[in-house]
Amino acid sequence: MYIYDEIDQTLVDQRVNQFRDQVRRRIAGELSEDEFKPLRLMNGVYLQLHAYMLRVAIPYGTLSAEQLRKLAWIARKYDRGYGHFTTRQNLQYNWPKLEELPDLLAELAGVQMHALQTSGNCIRNVTADQYAGVAADEVIDPRIHAEIIRQWSTLHPEFTFLPRKFKIAVTGAETDRAAVKVHDIGLIAKRDAAGELGFEVIVGGGQGRTPMVGPTIRDFLPEKYLLSYLEAVLRVYNRLGRRDNMYKARIKIQVHETGAEKFTEMVEREWEQIRDTAVELPAGERERIAAFFNPPLYDATGDGAEILARDVAGDADFARWVSTNVAAHKADGYAIANISLKPIGGVPGDASAEQMDAVAALAERFSLSEIRVTHEQNLVLPHVRQDDLYAVWQTLKSYDLHTPNLGLVSDMIACPGLDYCALANARSIPLAQEISQRFADLDRQHDIGELKLKISGCINACGHHHVGHIGILGVDRKGEEYYQITLGGSGAEDASLGDIIGPAFPYDRVVNAIETLVDAYLGVRADGERFLDTYRRLGADPFKEALYGTH
Amino acid sequence: MTQKVISANRLGDGLVVYLATDGSWAEWISGSVIALDEATADAMLAQARQAEQDRIVIDPYLIDVAEVDGQVRPTKYREFIRATGPSVRPDLSKQNYVPDPASHETGAHDTGV
Repeated sequence: MYIYDEIDQTLVDQRVNQFRDQVRRRIAGELSEDEFKPLRLMNGVYLQLHAYMLRVAIPYGTLSAEQLRKLAWIARKYDRGYGHFTTRQNLQYNWPKLEELPDLLAELAGVQMHALQTSGNCIRNVTADQYAGVAADEVIDPRIHAEIIRQWSTLHPEFTFLPRKFKIAVTGAETDRAAVKVHDIGLIAKRDAAGELGFEVIVGGGQGRTPMVGPTIRDFLPEKYLLSYLEAVLRVYNRLGRRDNMYKARIKIQVHETGAEKFTEMVEREWEQIRDTAVELPAGERERIAAFFNPPLYDATGDGAEILARDVAGDADFARWVSTNVAAHKADGYAIANISLKPIGGVPGDASAEQMDAVAALAERFSLSEIRVTHEQNLVLPHVRQDDLYAVWQTLKSYDLHTPNLGLVSDMIACPGLDYCALANARSIPLAQEISQRFADLDRQHDIGELKLKISGCINACGHHHVGHIGILGVDRKGEEYYQITLGGSGAEDASLGDIIGPAFPYDRVVNAIETLVDAYLGVRADGERFLDTYRRLGADPFKEALYGTH
Repeated sequence: MTQKVISANRLGDGLVVYLATDGSWAEWISGSVIALDEATADAMLAQARQAEQDRIVIDPYLIDVAEVDGQVRPTKYREFIRATGPSVRPDLSKQNYVPDPASHETGAHDTGV
């Protein structure tokens, strides 16, 4: 993985010192809250419902064991012993003290981490496929370009005060695990007929109150033009974005209102002017960065597949975990182990310091010291020898990290909701807990098959409800928590937005409603159909009928 | 007028606090000074704004409360959660959470994996 050079480290260290002085001035009364707020937000410090919240950037979801261990240490020393992994592959601490935050950030800087650009109207933490570098269907490790974009966008003077926040996601694989079509910019690496590397560029996707699946504005952008093209997109947006209305300020509104074709023309025109003069990577820099992501030396010796087959045959619980949570690795003898942070009845995305330490130790011993964070709020050990999987699973089991539910109904995305978030209208987490308890029977979950359920506690859609096969949106109705259900969304390569199925339900009727929908699906599904496929084939009617009896 | 108390977040640690009858800012709503009329509410707000100037709290505001079984309780659910803590972590509730000084000291822990 990428290792900071002196410039990266100096930048982060200086920023810690600058923030230390800003906190000192705030506490001494030299800065008012109005003056201080934008400064703290630029360092990832929010004020939430109960306390300050720090959002730590995990660039493209890659962590070293040392970094994860430090996150655990920080959780104990400066927080309340846990953290929350988010849909942007970040980690949030819910209880840090302002007066201790400079020390906390200095600890992060010590392991090459920070909280820069995790808030504010700037280019946010770049996200990527969690299987980067290990997926069999990958053209290139997307982290190379995610890192290039990270360096280019960090403290970029022209793009520090954009009309609104700006999120970029990159994937190098055909299967979209990074939800690239619902980002401000989504990049899909591909090769042209001549075998040259380039990117499909998708602009203007997003969720929130005006969800959009982004249109492709360029089918193939040669790799060498990546930064100049991004710059052209950002410039057009920066110039014309709706700064007068924050609800219309995201690039998706601009693309939609301008029309994708005209917007593309504007970008191309801008790009023509700057493509040969814009800042590009210095010679050798691309190779220097790419070298950090060279595949590690895999050791495929031994009888990994045989040993795994024996372990699977001897332990039905392990076999189930392997069938759901283990994915194929591109290297012989290796596997990708997904760690579910969705135990039945648990808080989606939360991990205790003990769990973080345990995963860090597992990564050190069994996964070349590397961990990934997924946008679906789980963790991944990306390089596990097949003959080590049983040992990994046994340790996961003793930390309640072994739930075999990846992609199943209990593997939900849920935002913090009204339990933590100052913006939320309704709770998300307790609903997720109750739904997972209702579907606790794993046989039943496996029979239901892939079902992406996503819950947001407000229209900002941090819980990605628009792209859930089943989406749940919490709303406030005269002081009561109500939940609107959408069906048919997808954040994958077949991206779509869910349709509102009918009137919202009060809190205590939502779990029954979800079960009704699942039962309706089971009653009409064809062989091999996922919930989403059945919905797409039959439309809303059978589900409406089941929920509301309208026909 | 609906009964009101003043809530804010404490500057230093961000925790939810309430203006108490002795003029201090307490973490528990139970000892809050309660406004029964607009004039008292205005005076309390002025006092809170001074505390904001004095860098004790940030963003003070009035919230609606009612007495339920002899206890002061916010009428809005959002404020109820602020007053009690995350509903999903009773161990971190205002009532139950006790910082562990040992772990705060070092942050260290050995999982033995």
